[in-house]
Amino acid sequence: MEKIKSLADLKKIKDNVQAKIELREKSEHPESRIQIKVAMATCGIAAGSKATMAYFLDHLEENGIDAVVTQTGCMGYCYAEPTVEITKPGKEPIVFGHVNCAKAEEIIQKYLKNDELVEGIIPANYQSI
Amino acid sequence: MKDLASHIMDIVQNSIRACAGEIEVYVAESQEDNRLTIRIRDNGCGMSAETVARVRDPFFTSRTVRKVGLGIPLLQQNAERTGGRLDIVSAPGEGTTLTATFEYDHLDRPPLGDMAETMSLLIGANPGIRFVYRHETDRGAYSLDTQEVCEMLEGVPIDYPEIIAGIREMIRENLRAL
Repeated sequence: MEKIKSLADLKKIKDNVQAKIELREKSEHPESRIQIKVAMATCGIAAGSKATMAYFLDHLEENGIDAVVTQTGCMGYCYAEPTVEITKPGKEPIVFGHVNCAKAEEIIQKYLKNDELVEGIIPANYQSI
Repeated sequence: MKDLASHIMDIVQNSIRACAGEIEVYVAESQEDNRLTIRIRDNGCGMSAETVARVRDPFFTSRTVRKVGLGIPLLQQNAERTGGRLDIVSAPGEGTTLTATFEYDHLDRPPLGDMAETMSLLIGANPGIRFVYRHETDRGAYSLDTQEVCEMLEGVPIDYPEIIAGIREMIRENLRAL
């Protein structure tokens, strides 16, 4: 693969992405995308949430998962960082704790691809409004 | 925090919570001056003098989910341990500038870490914010302005995973050349 050193190099990626987005817009609604929020406060960052977020970003595409990966603040589960909240379309959000890269891979393979729950779910004690 | 890039990721979260529309991340590594400088400047809501005086206290936070705020105290501790310091200039409505300096070759200075990963994650997770990243060494400088990237993208989302990966690689390659 060619190295990306400039905006001109990045533009080549943009052209590929643009074609994919046009295809997706024709076949799906944007609200059908999975939402993945990685907690990125001091506690999460110190526990490795940067690597967790990067792992999701790097491995969703190859697994055919269309998701929006973003970050959120501290949810109060500092003891279980890195924490990740995942919302599948039409479902309640689920917060997973201790999500290192190995756990992220397990979540991708089991929960995101097959709706199979994995260990480490933090019981909900709040409601998103 | 295992590296300074993680501190930067953490401090920028404060700028995001302050509703900043523009965030500038500046890193200067000078072996000639034996100094490493990190400066994060935002145009967010800013802080009152009273708040600025309290943010270095680890038992002060503006959040409600916990009672500690460790981001700034940890960075200050790391800076001071190397003979450096941490300064904060802020005023309500005028944004905040945080500057941390480190003695470059001090044994206790944490490594800078992966700035390409940190910046690309920040950019990807906050597509509505304009990030300006400037990195200087004794040999040269590299700058990235996400406004220019967005103009080039012509409506393609900057937070698309392949774009984020491309930005990460672009930063990494340019930093490697410095």
